[in-house]
Amino acid sequence: MSDEAIRPPRPSIGRIFWEFLLIGATSFGGGVVAYLRNGLVTRNAWLDDKSFVELLSISQTMPGLNATNMAVLVGDRLRGVLGSVAALVGICLPGGLFMFTAGYLYHFHKSMPGAPAALKGVAAAAVGLVLATTVQLSGKSLKGVMDLIIVAVSAVGVAVFHWSVLWVLLGVGLLAVLWYRPRREEKVDEKAGEAAP
Amino acid sequence: MNANLKEIPPLLLVFFYLSFLTVGGGMAAYPEMQTLVVDVHHWLTEEELIHFYSVGQLAPGPNMMMVAAIGEKVAGPLASLLVVIAFFLPTALMTFAVGKLWKRAERWPWRESIRRGLAPVSVGLILSGCISMAKVALSGWVSVVVTVVVFGILLKSKINPAFLILGGAAVGYFALHG
Repeated sequence: MSDEAIRPPRPSIGRIFWEFLLIGATSFGGGVVAYLRNGLVTRNAWLDDKSFVELLSISQTMPGLNATNMAVLVGDRLRGVLGSVAALVGICLPGGLFMFTAGYLYHFHKSMPGAPAALKGVAAAAVGLVLATTVQLSGKSLKGVMDLIIVAVSAVGVAVFHWSVLWVLLGVGLLAVLWYRPRREEKVDEKAGEAAP
Repeated sequence: MNANLKEIPPLLLVFFYLSFLTVGGGMAAYPEMQTLVVDVHHWLTEEELIHFYSVGQLAPGPNMMMVAAIGEKVAGPLASLLVVIAFFLPTALMTFAVGKLWKRAERWPWRESIRRGLAPVSVGLILSGCISMAKVALSGWVSVVVTVVVFGILLKSKINPAFLILGGAAVGYFALHG
């Protein structure tokens, strides 16, 4: 156990809000995780890398976006519930105002010459971005044929057969979790040894 | 803008529900969002939804802040704020609770099974979101070229995607305008 775990830093609520506001305002182009790591681990040393990765793995398992889940978890670790609230509001505020303004301006876009054409280009670029994200994510998290089958069933089910996302999560998700159920031969001894204080 | 206040309750319900579908990323909820927002409630056209999602890629912070634009478009500023809360609060509370229990679940063997099993499901859902988007966004060879070029550049380099989105806007403006 590192010192971090014994004496967690206690930045003020205002500091937490400010730091997350800063991350929320500067993390252009997605990849908020890198900005979070830079702000929380490198710049402020509020977390060590080990805790950062641990909180990230909770964020990725739970529904919700990584960025907001991380804000909730880190805020809580630093200052309890109020820390969570400060971090969550901070990280959402700049992008929220940005998109609110965009939504407002959108009412007029058809009267701006060139705006509909520019939006077509933006949409095409966004498809390329999502596709690249999907491929990168696949490279990181898919191993073996079974994973590919699960990906195909989920994607085809929703895109071709219009299954509800909820039912895919509950149905295919449940089967997938059962497929990867804990096996008896897993190293129980090693885990027990590790958990002893 | 006449504020369509009576649309607020169904908006909240829809985004509250969508909140729970964002497993592995906001894109996982996209197909369902399209069904509910476009086909069921007719709040937006499918093009408008894609425009909001795409412009959202230019916004800093969490990926799906574009829900604020949907709220604003449908029923004004109050709806915008409420939709953001409906979309982000439920999962925030859930994560908060699970964060408390996580340490205790360290030796619970199913924890790894859940993570392991849901990973490919969420990739599949994100892929289907991508397909839904592509079906609408890719019309004509210019858009296909933009998609392929952006995809290729992102796989080969570490460039900030926001620049490529702006590049897409510029190409659209010059190649598709008029």
